[in-house]
Amino acid sequence: MSKFHVSRRGVLRTGALAGAGLALPTYLRADTGYLNAPTGSSVTLGFNVPQTGPYADEGADELRAFELAVEHLNGEGDGGMLNTFSSKALQGNGILGKKVEFVTGDTQTKSDAARASAKSMIEKDGAIMISGGSSSGVAVAVQGLCQDAGVIFMAGLTHSNDTTGKDKKANGFRHFFNAYMSAAALAPVLQKLYGSDRKAYHLTADYTWGWTQEESIAAATEAMGWETVNKVRTPLAATDFSSYIAPVLNSGADVLVLNHYGGNMVNSLTNAVQFGLREKQVNGKNFEIVVPLYSRLMAKGAGENVKGILGSTNWHWSLQDEASQAFVKSFGTKYGFPPSQAAHTCYAQTLLYADACERAGTFNPCGVVEALEGFEFDGLGNGPTLYRAADHQCFKDVLVVKGKDNPTSEFDLLEVVEVTPRAQVEYAPDHPMFAGGELGSCNPGA
Amino acid sequence: MFGLQKKDTTLLLVVAALALFAPFLLNPFPEGSAMAQFNAGYPDLMQRFVIFGIFAVGFNILFGLTGYLSFGHAAFLGVGSYSAVWMFKLLGYNVIPGIILSVIVAGLFSVVIGYVSLRRSGIYFSILTLAFAQMSYNMAYSVLGNPTSNFNLTNGETGLQVYTSDPQILASAGAPDLPHLFGLTMRSSYQLELGSWLFTFNAGYYLCAVLLLVSFYVAIRIFRSPFGLMLRAVKSNQQRMNYTGLNTRPYTLAAFVISGMYAGLAGGLLSTMDPLAGAERMQWTASGEVVLMTILGGAGTLIGPVLGAGFIKYFENIFSKINEGVLHAWFGFLPDGLENGVIWVVEHFVGPGWHLTLGLLFMLVVTFLPGGLVEGGQKIAALLSRRKSKDTDNRATQSTPAE
Amino acid sequence: MDAIILQILNGLDKGSAYALIALGLTLIFGTLGVVNFAHGALFMIGAFCAVSMQRLLNLSYITLDETQKDFLGNPLKVKTPYVESWFGPDMGAAIIDWSVPLAILLAIPVMIVVGIVMERGLIKHFYKRPHADQILVTFGLAIVLQEIIKHYYGANPIPTPAPDAFKGSFDFGVMLGFDPNAIIYPYWRMVYFAFAVVIIGAVFAFLQFTTFGMVVRAGMADRETVGLLGININRRFTLMFALAAAVAGMAGVMYTPINSPNYHMGMDFLVLSFVVVVVGGMGSLPGAVLAGFMLGILEAFASMNQIKSILPGIDQIIIYLVAIVILLTRPRGLMGRKGVMEE
Repeated sequence: MSKFHVSRRGVLRTGALAGAGLALPTYLRADTGYLNAPTGSSVTLGFNVPQTGPYADEGADELRAFELAVEHLNGEGDGGMLNTFSSKALQGNGILGKKVEFVTGDTQTKSDAARASAKSMIEKDGAIMISGGSSSGVAVAVQGLCQDAGVIFMAGLTHSNDTTGKDKKANGFRHFFNAYMSAAALAPVLQKLYGSDRKAYHLTADYTWGWTQEESIAAATEAMGWETVNKVRTPLAATDFSSYIAPVLNSGADVLVLNHYGGNMVNSLTNAVQFGLREKQVNGKNFEIVVPLYSRLMAKGAGENVKGILGSTNWHWSLQDEASQAFVKSFGTKYGFPPSQAAHTCYAQTLLYADACERAGTFNPCGVVEALEGFEFDGLGNGPTLYRAADHQCFKDVLVVKGKDNPTSEFDLLEVVEVTPRAQVEYAPDHPMFAGGELGSCNPGA
Repeated sequence: MFGLQKKDTTLLLVVAALALFAPFLLNPFPEGSAMAQFNAGYPDLMQRFVIFGIFAVGFNILFGLTGYLSFGHAAFLGVGSYSAVWMFKLLGYNVIPGIILSVIVAGLFSVVIGYVSLRRSGIYFSILTLAFAQMSYNMAYSVLGNPTSNFNLTNGETGLQVYTSDPQILASAGAPDLPHLFGLTMRSSYQLELGSWLFTFNAGYYLCAVLLLVSFYVAIRIFRSPFGLMLRAVKSNQQRMNYTGLNTRPYTLAAFVISGMYAGLAGGLLSTMDPLAGAERMQWTASGEVVLMTILGGAGTLIGPVLGAGFIKYFENIFSKINEGVLHAWFGFLPDGLENGVIWVVEHFVGPGWHLTLGLLFMLVVTFLPGGLVEGGQKIAALLSRRKSKDTDNRATQSTPAE
Repeated sequence: MDAIILQILNGLDKGSAYALIALGLTLIFGTLGVVNFAHGALFMIGAFCAVSMQRLLNLSYITLDETQKDFLGNPLKVKTPYVESWFGPDMGAAIIDWSVPLAILLAIPVMIVVGIVMERGLIKHFYKRPHADQILVTFGLAIVLQEIIKHYYGANPIPTPAPDAFKGSFDFGVMLGFDPNAIIYPYWRMVYFAFAVVIIGAVFAFLQFTTFGMVVRAGMADRETVGLLGININRRFTLMFALAAAVAGMAGVMYTPINSPNYHMGMDFLVLSFVVVVVGGMGSLPGAVLAGFMLGILEAFASMNQIKSILPGIDQIIIYLVAIVILLTRPRGLMGRKGVMEE
């Protein structure tokens, strides 16, 4: 009755969907050659999002998108972006004929908790792919784990250059854009609107993502003639930024760049507006504030303060292309409000993964990696897109957005100023800001 | 046996049996059944139970015996984690040097912090330890972790990890590129199938379990030693001790350092099981967590902290993963209207609401079981034995071991 | 020089927030001997009183505007607050604009009720229990309160702007003879500072000049003796708890325009306010206030570029560093009383 099974690398774990009670407990352990190979009539994906802590709302929105994607993959609902996706491999009958099931977990936006949660999905629930997340620290941590364990990681919202730079991994893929792209897209718009003779003052959240964004923005703006007056690091735990903002006006700078995200961004922007920076004239020019990475969910927290402030975003629901419209309609009908960029990237990642499995004809991570590397596609809301083989980063158009002056609803906070074409934000895989890491080779885990 | 009293030997044997058979005990539900969601017998969580058990047992040596409430023990956990990963980076993936160094470095750290903090008592001591830990956390997260600087000790937010470019001077060719004990990787597992049950025996878990037993044994010896008695005396009345002309500081400092080393061991093991060390391990919430574990389980008891650690980690890892789909599978047998009603209620306490459940349980346990979970266990035991021997006098209920 | 004046202003402002929270915390410590880890949550509930007030005033009826479309292409739902339809658009908008100050009227009764319920329902059972148990139960309570707020208001920060009259900033520099823009300071932050001074003054006056206050102070010094004198100290302590909750709540309301409130803001302040109370010295109200302002000002100075360039990261640890130095040089903090929570 009992039988021992030895596996050298990783826990070999098959079938059985915990909790769902749907899969039959058949343990036909065919030597599939990869970890968590689905044996029953279903396949399990792991969605690891922040459910507690400051990013819980963003995580909830990601989860909504995942649920929607799973619905569409299984042929339920209106199909959303499946109908506009350029690859037609997906049939709406799950992935490779297997019904898509999912498990969820809480990253708490902490590397440790996120890894624990991802591990439990892999070890306990037999998840074959992990996706989601709302910060770069977590993305890098979980990506590393998935590489070691031998499953695919489809990153959620992560903007740091490192995720596909020095911490890139063969089993990890990022659809979201990065700090370098934000800078490359923003700089020309900034030059056009504010001129090329400006003095910038950076306030930067003192951790990895903040540093890479500061570096990227400073480099791009200096290249077009701006001068960087000062770069000041602010503690991550800071809630009141008054003592960092107060000296800005007297420093001779006429632009304030806020390299902050989430709660930090809401507070620093609110504080900056409170200090009346935007009504001031410095060097004979209007004082301006820039928030390089915008998120609508967070913009909502800053309220009126975002009006007229420039930034960049991966995607916005007001885009008029067919794919975005289909997604907004699908999401909006189900949940009653438009999706965030985090939701969009998670939805797209799920579809991309499923499609890669279909095209590869297997769930084997190595097959999926091969199918995704160098994959050109369209119809997922960002125009023609490339999954570059060298670093597993998506290359696509970047949106430059501005806080809207006269919002018509509580969701209508940002307007798209410019769609920066993909060619303008591309860079070489060995660009110094991305150098240092090694992709390695795919790990199927068994 | 082992120089222990009979009662303690029994306790040690019980813990040993629990640890040995944990893969069975934690997986009581067959695979694929609706209740399998509550199974905790997978390697990562079992490792966490044991590692945080070690952390809490060590914390209890300080808090349970001397009454000194440290709010900064996470610093030692973090330092231990970083030391172990540095050993992996510099020497190679064999876990022995990492674990040893993590204990040593945490010990040194606790000598310094303990020496300074123990100059004060009560809440002043708590805040001193908190301040040291928060300083360590903030520095590790930012200044000491900037990859572009020459002094990148912690790798900041991303967490310290092993890169292929690291020297690993002792790594022999053909050794696994994962933490291993002389070739046996921490991740390797045996799986046993019995009917529709599936049990996983993980090498890393058993390494942790062995170290837990050693730690537990040492803790028992400390509790029963004259040194332990001295520490208890400090708790009950430090002033009187001082009046007798006895300097209690060396004793409390020793307790502090020992518990710091336990924390370092736990940190080292965390890195050993999963070679990435993040700064959040040093945050005050992590220090608070071990305080909660100890009080929840029963401060001053031997087994309590282990129970508390298991309790909190169980909720964090199991309850947070219950989502609406799972609930629908559970309550699918109910009529539709009722099903939705039940799910609407339960939903608040699972998934994103797991914090709420944990908070409520903290309040309930501490209100109704002042002695923590251990007291709950004693009450149940007393109830059972009363039922068994209704006629005998209830001396039996009072003789339940207090520790 | 101007930079120093600027940071003193910032420090006073940060300090008033710390001092207000620490004041309530130390009242509970001193009078009831309870370590209240839920005090940050009280501050947070106060802040959400402001959010609720704003929501309340913004209660709207919905009309469909056929000329505009929403994101799904359906007719746009236009919301008109009832307040605006009752008082006319101008008056109504003005009332909504003042929702944060008006929220004080909501916060005081709410916080007093919350305080009384908390003390009678939970805290009073823990007076005789070890401090560790108090920590566990109040921490559990804080989590529960947070989760309730998160459930109703979400995890994102919610913007709660100050009235238009207080927007923008005042140029102190010109007044003191510096260049324009050298020292500017937002009006609302000045309001906050003034508010903090008034509240702190009121609490001290209350304790100093009323019989009630006298009894409470006596109780702080020696609870047993006061009880022996036949004074019902327990009822007064309940009211004291309610007062502390109200102070925390009002501090929370007024803080909302400075930082958009979110459900975990209480935890962000919790650790800091404990440090402030302990540095001030256990059982000392003036100590808590003094420590609050002192740490606020030092934190502001530490964030100056001139200092950060010499000691990178100093602003991240300054409060803890100062706490260590003070506790090592003054065994009971700045003004602590002997024997309070030293065991």
